[in-house]
Amino acid sequence: MYSAIVFLPLLGAIIAGAISLFTARPQNGVNGHDGNDDHHGDEHAEVAGSVRAAEWITSGFLIVTAILSWIAFFDVGYGTSEAFTVPVATWIHSGSFVADWALRIDTLTVVMLVVVTTVSAIVHVYSVGYMSHDPHRPRFFAYLSLFTFAMLMLVTANNLLQMFFGWEGVGLCSYLLIGFWFHRPSANAAAIKAFIVNRVGDFGFALGIFGVFFLFGSIGLDTIFANAEAIAGSEEATLHIFGRDYSAEAALTVVCLLLFLGAMGKSAQVPLHTWLPDAMEGPTPVSALIHAATMVTAGVFMVARLSPIFELSHTALLVVTIIGAMTAFLTATIGLVQNDIKRVIAYSTCSQLGYMFVALGLGAYSIAIFHLFTHAFFKALLFLGSGSVIHAVSDEQDMRKMGGLRRHIPITYALMVIGTISLIGFPLTAGFYSKDGIIEAAFVGHNAAAGFAFVLLVVAAVFTSFYSWRLIFMTFHGKPRATADVMEHVHESPQVMLVPLYVLAAGALFAGFVFFGVFMGEGYDAFWKDALFIGAENEILEEIHHVPAWVKAAPVVALALGFLVALWFYILSPATPKALAARHDGLYRFLLNKWYFDELYDVIFVNPAKALGRFLWKKGDGWLIDGFGPDGVSARVIDITNRVVKLQTGYVYHYAFAMLIGVAALVSWMMFAG
Amino acid sequence: MTEMATLPSLAPLTVELLLAVGAMVLLMFGVFTGERSAPTITGIAVALLAVAVLMLAVMDNNGLTFDGAFIMDPFARFMKILTLIGSGVAIAMSVGYARAEKFERFEYPILIVLATLGMLMMISANDMISLYLGLELQSLALYVVAAIHRDSVRSTEAGLKYFVLGALASGILLYGISLVYGFTGQTGYDAIVAALAEGRSTGLVIGLVFVLAGLAFKISAVPFHMWTPDVYEGAPTPVTAFFAAAPKLAAMALIIRVVIGAFEPVTADWQQVIAFVAIASMVLGAFAAIGQTNIKRLMAYSSIGHMGFALVGLAAGSKVGIQGVMVYLVIYLAMTLGAFACILAMRRHDQMVEDIDALAGLSRTQPLVAFCLAAILFSLAGIPPLAGFFAKYYVFLAAIEKGLYVLAVIGVIASVVGAFYYLRIVKIMYFDEPDGEFDPMPMELSAVLGISGVFVIGFLVFAAPIIAAAGAAAASLF
Repeated sequence: MYSAIVFLPLLGAIIAGAISLFTARPQNGVNGHDGNDDHHGDEHAEVAGSVRAAEWITSGFLIVTAILSWIAFFDVGYGTSEAFTVPVATWIHSGSFVADWALRIDTLTVVMLVVVTTVSAIVHVYSVGYMSHDPHRPRFFAYLSLFTFAMLMLVTANNLLQMFFGWEGVGLCSYLLIGFWFHRPSANAAAIKAFIVNRVGDFGFALGIFGVFFLFGSIGLDTIFANAEAIAGSEEATLHIFGRDYSAEAALTVVCLLLFLGAMGKSAQVPLHTWLPDAMEGPTPVSALIHAATMVTAGVFMVARLSPIFELSHTALLVVTIIGAMTAFLTATIGLVQNDIKRVIAYSTCSQLGYMFVALGLGAYSIAIFHLFTHAFFKALLFLGSGSVIHAVSDEQDMRKMGGLRRHIPITYALMVIGTISLIGFPLTAGFYSKDGIIEAAFVGHNAAAGFAFVLLVVAAVFTSFYSWRLIFMTFHGKPRATADVMEHVHESPQVMLVPLYVLAAGALFAGFVFFGVFMGEGYDAFWKDALFIGAENEILEEIHHVPAWVKAAPVVALALGFLVALWFYILSPATPKALAARHDGLYRFLLNKWYFDELYDVIFVNPAKALGRFLWKKGDGWLIDGFGPDGVSARVIDITNRVVKLQTGYVYHYAFAMLIGVAALVSWMMFAG
Repeated sequence: MTEMATLPSLAPLTVELLLAVGAMVLLMFGVFTGERSAPTITGIAVALLAVAVLMLAVMDNNGLTFDGAFIMDPFARFMKILTLIGSGVAIAMSVGYARAEKFERFEYPILIVLATLGMLMMISANDMISLYLGLELQSLALYVVAAIHRDSVRSTEAGLKYFVLGALASGILLYGISLVYGFTGQTGYDAIVAALAEGRSTGLVIGLVFVLAGLAFKISAVPFHMWTPDVYEGAPTPVTAFFAAAPKLAAMALIIRVVIGAFEPVTADWQQVIAFVAIASMVLGAFAAIGQTNIKRLMAYSSIGHMGFALVGLAAGSKVGIQGVMVYLVIYLAMTLGAFACILAMRRHDQMVEDIDALAGLSRTQPLVAFCLAAILFSLAGIPPLAGFFAKYYVFLAAIEKGLYVLAVIGVIASVVGAFYYLRIVKIMYFDEPDGEFDPMPMELSAVLGISGVFVIGFLVFAAPIIAAAGAAAASLF
C-alpha cells in the first residue's frame, strides 16, 4: 500500500509524459483557445482524447493515492502499531556508507502523506478545469505528478540522501512548473531565481548531510536518532573546521544550522524568501500545491523529522525561532501593500511558514506540524479561490482592476471568505487552533527569543487579518474597476474547479476542530508515538494550557483589529489608504518594494556575479583561452595557409627556382652542419 | 667462335618482358585498327597487368641479373604487386571517363603499361644506370599521359610543366649520380657500399643530396613538389588518379633501395636529408591543403603530406621503419584509389565538377557513397580504428624507436592540422544543404570505392598478413 502511494504518481507522470512527447504538436499557439475544435476534424479529436487521458489518468491515480493515504493515516496515527520501514531497493553501498531506498512510515510521515496527496489530488482535478485552455496539458500533468512523487519520496525518506533526492526532485519540478509558460521571460526569470536561491539552501543541506555522516558515521535516520544523545554527551566527537576544533555540542549546532539553511531555502525564510513571491509566475494550481501547501513546508517537515538532533542544540533552536519570527513579521508587512492578488497570498504563505518555524524553534514540533496541516487546507483554498477569480476576470491579477465581483461569482466569494477567516484564525476554524497554539507557545517558551517572537507574531496576526480582508474587500466589494468588456465575461468557474474547493473549505473549517486533540491535546502520545522527539525538560505542550486569559484573547483581538482597519480603509473611507500612503511615502515605498531585498541582492550578489561572469566570459574565455587557444591557433593556421598558397604562382621558373634553392639549402646544410 | 657473349639470365625479369612485349603488340594492334580499338586495348592492358600480378604472386624468380644491375627479391615483388594494382585500377577507372568525355585513345592504356614497365625497372634497379633507365622510361610515358588531352589547354600546360621540371629533376639526379661515380668510381649499389667502407668524402655527400633531390621530385616531396598541384589539377582526372598512386609507390621503392642498398654506410647523412624533406612535406601538405577549393588540388597536397609521413618511416632507417613505410604505401594506395573513384564520379549534367562544395549534401543524395568517402577521409586523417591510423602508427613507432622524437612530434601536429581539411569535406557532405545530385556512379567506380571502403574500415581484419608480408619484404633489404 505504501509503495503504491509513493509510486502511483510516478507512474502517472511517466504516462502523461509519454503522451506529452508523442502528441507534441503546435496547436493554435501556446495560449490559444480551443473553441475551434470542429475545424480540425479527426486529428484534433485524437489529440484531445489523449490529452484527456493524461488528465484523468494522473488525477485518477492521485485520488486513489489520497484515499490510501487517509487509510494509512488512521491506520498508523490511530492504530497502535510502531513505526516501520518498507524496503524498496538497495541503492548505494560504499565502504561504511549505506543508503537504500526505503519508506519510513510513522505518524509524521502519514500526516505529510495526507497533506501532500490530498492537496495534490484536489489540485489535479482543479487543474483539469483551470488549464482547459492550455495546449500543453499533458506536460503540465506530468510535472504535477512527478512533483507529487518527489514530495512523497521526501516525506517517506529513511535516510538523508533519499530525503535529499526528494528535496532536489521537488526543487526541479518547482523550477519546471514556475517556468511552465516558458515563452514568458518573467516566468523564466522567476524559475531561475527560485532554482538559484534554493541552491544556496541546498548547499547548506548537503554540507549538513556531510556533517551528519562525519559525526554519526551514517545517514540513516534510525542510526542518527539512536545515537544523537550519546554523541552530544561524548567528549570525542568533534568537528574540525577551518583549523578550529568544535566540541560535540558545537558540532551538532553547526550541523543543525547547516541543515536549517536548507530548510530556509526551501521554506522561503528571510533572507532566502525572495524567490517565493516571484514563483507566482507559475500557473495558479502550481502555486497552491507547491508554493503553499507542500513543497515550501518541506523545511518545516525536515526540522520536525530531525527533532532528535535539533532538540539537542539550543543555539540552533534559538536561530530557528528568530528567523521564523522575523519572517512572519517582515513578510506580513510586505503583504500589506501588494496589489497582485497572488503575491498577497504568497507573502502570507511566507509569513505563516515563519509561524511554523517559531513553533519548531520553541520545541513545539507537533504544533508546527499541526499548523502545516491546517495551513495546507486554507492556503490551498485561498490560492485556488484566487485562481477562480483570475479565471473569471480574464487572467487579470491586479486587485486594483477588480472590485465588485461578489455578486457575479458568489460561490468563489464565499469560499474565499472561508479561507480568509481560517487564515486569520477566527475562533473554531482550523487556523484558529494551530495559530493560537503557536502564539501561546511563544508566550510560554523558554528560549531567549520567545518574548521577541511573541510580540512579532501578535503584530503579524494583526497584519495578516488586515491584508486578508483587504484582499477580500478590494476584490469582491466596492465598485467594479475592470473594463466593461471584462465584466461582461465574468463567470463562475465550472464544477470541476468548484468541487475541489468545497473539499478544501471543509478542511479549512473543520480540520482544526477534529484533529486538535490528537495533534497537540490529550491524544498526543497515542497519536505521535515516537515520531517526534522532545527533550526531557521540554514541557511546552503542557504549559500552553495554562497561559493567562489575555494571551488567549490576543489573537482574536488582533484579527478584529485588522478587520476593522481594513473595513475602514477599503469600504467606509476608500480615500484613506491613498492619503496615508502619500503622507508616509518613504515607508510605503519601502514596503511596496519588499524592503528592497531584491535590490540589495542585486547589488551584493547578482551584479558582481554577472560582472565576474562577463569578465571570465569576455576576457578569460573569449580573449585569453580562445584568443591564444583555438581561435588564435586556427587564425595562425589560416595565415600560414594563405602564405603557402601564394607560393604556388603557376610559373615554371618559380617552381624550378624553388627546387634549386632546396638543393642549395640542403647541400649547404650538409656541408656546414653535417 | 671465339667468345660467345653469354646471354644474361632472363628469369628475374619475366614480368618486365611480358609487359614490354605486350605493350608493343598492343601498340601495333592499335596502330592498325585505329581509335575504335581503344576499349579492347584497355581491356587487354588491364588483363596484362592482372596476369603480371598473378605471375609475381606465384613465381619464384628471385635473383640478380645483368651483372647485378637488376635485382628481384621479396621487396621488389611486394612493391611491384602494389604498383601493378595501382596501374591496373587506374586504367579500369578511366573507362567511364573516356567514354563520357569522348576521349578514347588507345595510346592511353599502352602508355600506362609502358610507364608501369618503367616503374618495375625502377623497383628492381640495383645500379645507378638501371635506376636512371627505369626512371626515364616511366617519366617520359608520364609526361605524355599528362598532356594526353591534347585539345585541353590545362592538360597540355600540365604536361609541359611536368616535362620541363621533370627534365630539371633528371638533370639534378644525373649530376648527383656523376658525383657519386666520381668519388667512388662505381655505379653499382653493392660496389658503392664497398667503396664507402673506406670513409666518405664531402663530394660524395653533395652527390648524395643531388640524387635524393632528383628522386624527391618523383614522390613530390617538398621543396620539389611544386609541379604536383598544377599537374594534378590540369591533367585529366583518371590521369591524376594514376599519378597519385602507382608512380608514387615505385619512386618510394626506388628511394628506399638506393638509400639502404647503396648509401647504407652514410646513413647519418641521408637521414638528415630525408628527415628534413619529411618534415617539410608533412607541414606543407597539411597547411596548404586547407586553402584549397578544388578537390584535385586538395588531393595533390594530401599526397604530398602522405609522402612526408611515409618518409618518416624511412628516416628511421631501420627494418621496422621500412616495414612501416611499406604498410603505409599499401594503405595509401587503397585510400587514394577510393578517393579518386569518388572524384571521378563527381559528374553533373555530363560535366566533371571539381569543386569541393559540390559534395554538399551527398549524404542525402547518395548515402552509401558518402559513407564510404567519409570512411576514407577519416582514414586519410588518421582516425582509429581505420586503416590510415595504423599507417601513421607504424611509421611514428619506428621513428620513436630510433629516438627521432622531433620528427614524430611534428608529424603528429601536422596530422592534426591536416585532419581539418578531411573533416571539412565530411562536414560538407553531411551537414550542408544539397545543391543538386550527381549522375549515377558507374559500376567500376562503385566497385573500387566499395573495396577501398571495406579495406579501410576492416583493416584490422586484413592487417596481419599484410604486415607480415611487408616485414619479410623489408627484411630482404638488410
